[in-house]
Amino acid sequence: MAKNDLQGTLDLLVLKTLSQMGSLHGYGIVLHIQRASEELLSVEEGSLYPALHRMEQSGWISSEWALTETNRNAKYYKLTAAGRRQLHEAEKNFEHLVKGVRAILRYA
Amino acid sequence: MSIYRRIANLFSRASVEREIDAELQSHIEMRIEDNLAAGMSAEAARRDALLRFGNRAVMKEKVTAMDTALVLEGILFDVRYAWRQLRKSPGFAVTSVVTLALAIGANAVVFSLLNALVLHPLNVPDAQSLYVIERGSDHSPSQSYPDYRDLRDRNRSFSSLAFYDIAPAGLNSDGNPAPVWLYETSGNYFDALGIQPYLGRFFHSSDEHGPDSAPYIVLSYAYWQSHFQGDPKVVGRAVQVNKFPFTILGVAPPKFRGTEVFYAPDLWVPVVNQKQVEGWSELESRATRGMLVVGHLKSGVTPAQATADLNAIGAALAKQYPKDDDAISFTLTRPGLYGDMLGGPVRAFVAALMLLAGLILLAACANLGSLFAARAADRSREVALRLALGSSRKRIVRQLLTEATLVSLAGGALGMMGGVLLLRWISAWQPVPNMPINVPVNPDARTYLVALLLALVSGLFFGMVPVRQVLRSDAYQVIKTGASGVAGNRRFTLRDLLLAGQIAVCAVLVTSSLVAARGMVRSLHSNFGFVPQNTMQVSTDLDMAGYSGDQVPLMQRRMLDAVSAIPGVTAAGYASRIPLNLGWGDSTVFADSTTDYRSSKGIADAMEYAVSPGYFQAAGTTLLAGRSFTWHDDQNSPHTAVVNQEFARKVFGSEQQALGGHFKMWGGTRVEVVGIVEDGKYKTLSEDPQPAMFLSILQSPTSSMWLLVRSNRGPAEAAAAIDRTLRRLDSGLPLTITTWYKALDTALFAARAATIALGVLGCLGAMLAITGIFGMAAYTVSKRLRELGIRIALGAQRGEVLRAALGRVFRLLAFGSAAGVVLGLAATKVLSFIVYQATPRDPVVLAGVIAAMLALGLLAAWIPAQRALAADPLILLREE
Repeated sequence: MAKNDLQGTLDLLVLKTLSQMGSLHGYGIVLHIQRASEELLSVEEGSLYPALHRMEQSGWISSEWALTETNRNAKYYKLTAAGRRQLHEAEKNFEHLVKGVRAILRYA
Repeated sequence: MSIYRRIANLFSRASVEREIDAELQSHIEMRIEDNLAAGMSAEAARRDALLRFGNRAVMKEKVTAMDTALVLEGILFDVRYAWRQLRKSPGFAVTSVVTLALAIGANAVVFSLLNALVLHPLNVPDAQSLYVIERGSDHSPSQSYPDYRDLRDRNRSFSSLAFYDIAPAGLNSDGNPAPVWLYETSGNYFDALGIQPYLGRFFHSSDEHGPDSAPYIVLSYAYWQSHFQGDPKVVGRAVQVNKFPFTILGVAPPKFRGTEVFYAPDLWVPVVNQKQVEGWSELESRATRGMLVVGHLKSGVTPAQATADLNAIGAALAKQYPKDDDAISFTLTRPGLYGDMLGGPVRAFVAALMLLAGLILLAACANLGSLFAARAADRSREVALRLALGSSRKRIVRQLLTEATLVSLAGGALGMMGGVLLLRWISAWQPVPNMPINVPVNPDARTYLVALLLALVSGLFFGMVPVRQVLRSDAYQVIKTGASGVAGNRRFTLRDLLLAGQIAVCAVLVTSSLVAARGMVRSLHSNFGFVPQNTMQVSTDLDMAGYSGDQVPLMQRRMLDAVSAIPGVTAAGYASRIPLNLGWGDSTVFADSTTDYRSSKGIADAMEYAVSPGYFQAAGTTLLAGRSFTWHDDQNSPHTAVVNQEFARKVFGSEQQALGGHFKMWGGTRVEVVGIVEDGKYKTLSEDPQPAMFLSILQSPTSSMWLLVRSNRGPAEAAAAIDRTLRRLDSGLPLTITTWYKALDTALFAARAATIALGVLGCLGAMLAITGIFGMAAYTVSKRLRELGIRIALGAQRGEVLRAALGRVFRLLAFGSAAGVVLGLAATKVLSFIVYQATPRDPVVLAGVIAAMLALGLLAAWIPAQRALAADPLILLREE
């Protein structure tokens, strides 16, 4: 079984967000996850940036500086081909995890 | 590749941090904007944004730490994996680390020699532009003071030229005179070299005002520490040199030990005070040469331009002083090794050693390459499995290389540790008794760097050997058929070639060390032209004890008579110099008919000795014809000489014509040949036959003398008796009494050092051959154990089993050895420069090499052969 820790979950959330939204900056990712999860999940901002940096170094996402709608300079991230493969992998792992946890919860 | 980006990030941390800062800043500002839009007050919006964010500095740390962690994680993973693999086969790991340690240790030591003696010999600023001026076609570094002055004042190529020589003297700083070794230098010596004093001041050319005008001393740092306990108040102290008052001016910096690598002086004095320091001075004689001239080239001047400049001056000098400077010419050479006299052989020898050490490393790499290849073959199943499971070949190669690098770094570290111990020992070694001569080869940063580079490069080198094998391996085939059945199918594998090459290299090393050892043994038993056994040497200088003029020969005669009367003494004699000692003198010899005494008109350049009656008996030199000297060959009789055979042949054509013949010396002195003695060795053991003439010491008296005493008593007893006898004559005589053998150490030093160095390299080569052959044989046997078991079960004889198991190894051994011997014989021509009579065309050497290689092969194959013979078919068949 692959890594099924919380870090893996954060990676999954970020990768999925980027696959849905195309290109987004860090703050946008926080907002999107909050909104899309109907305020159930809130990403801790202190752990987002180390994760983004690590994923960029691993070649899953790439970044470039661009202007926001309010004319502010921000670093935009988007998914790479390797990131797409990684997302696929992470989704599969997460399904496994959910299945496993559910099975344990249902065990009588 | 992301790994490069990560590593790059590690080095550009500042810019990475700036970017992170900007990103975090824009995040916080966007949050504040949204908060304001949601209706918060400006201050609350800001506080909320910062609170949510947490500590920015900590986060920045976390982000950058991610880089380091990612890099280290990857490397650490590979290293841990490699470590586990090596732990699983400790025999392999230890063998390869030790092999590499020996090879890299040898290279580090030899490189240290190269670095200290050839590349960076002198510790002076801008050493690259420093040159020594040599004279004539024979590249003699010795110059005379008047020539030096003319070169210094007329040249336009050197920023300045300095003049120096080496001499002993007696220094009295506290009531007890002690012998010291010093440099006599021109006043501008320190300024020309660009050295700054550690303490006090140096002397300068402005201090020189004619003979004995500059009674100043500069102490070396080491002597200041050992004899003045580093007392800063020594500056300005009055001391005595040979009873003359001198003043200590200052102390040289710790790292400056003068302009000769092997010689560490106690102090420096101006050469204008030569008469006081040495007891005589011929500074103003243009024909009295013996000192070295050194200087920095001006920037932009090439050595070729400088040589042309000097030779233009030389041509003018030859015209101006035809008697002394006839046909004089100059060349330049690197400083530090007494011109080319020591420099030539030292450079050639160190280069040869470096070549041999390189060969050792090559052999070690070949050895390890075949070990790694064998190991990779054994692991082909594991590699195939990993490939099948989706591991990339690149990843597997990276792991193999990590393993090789781990081994090479461990080997390099171990080798360097051994090397440093050896270098410390060499640096502390004093080969010549009573003289501050040593070989300063302590390792510096360059040595460590070279060792590290060699380790890494050789790691890559032998680590690459199995890579091809891994990349080509077909996972499906390997898993299907199993890993065995590799050896013995193809005619030649890469491993075979590696082993043969390695054996060839080892044979080269064994050959050269045997040639050197044989040459050494021969030179110890060759004819020196004298017999050092049972002979004591007493060196003294009557000038230091206060004798002068006619007192000198009288006292010398009394000393000779006194020691001759000692019971047990069979012969005694004295001489101005003796052969194969430090220093020598030679003179130009002219035909009897000549009236032109320019040195280019001479017919021979002969070694010159002044000896007393009885000298030849005491030295054990055989008189072949005529007579030796008597006490009547004194100032009142015609000048007489005893010459050697080479002199007779060269000057007179034959020994018969020489006896009773006449020749002339410089200045026109006519000398009659009264006797002929056997040829001998005079300067070095490896020299060609030299003409030599012995003059009567009564006709050319000197105050410094060597007394030879041949006796049938033990050395200690004889020394005590001689000391007692001579002290009874004059208790103030400075005496040094040694056996002649001990004194010969100096002459034998180079040959001995060369033999030891080559012997060590030869042993290393032999060890590598053993491990290489052993590894190969053991591997072959273990691969084919099943087949051998079946052969035994089918009734094969012992001989047949061995042939099957080890035939290939021995064929490779024979092939490699043959190639190595041929190469080795070619290489040893270089050796004959240093080691006397080192000839490769010597049946003993050839037989020795063949026997040694065969013995090495048998020794290395012994254990695998036992294993092959012990193969038990039952157990082996049961295994599968």
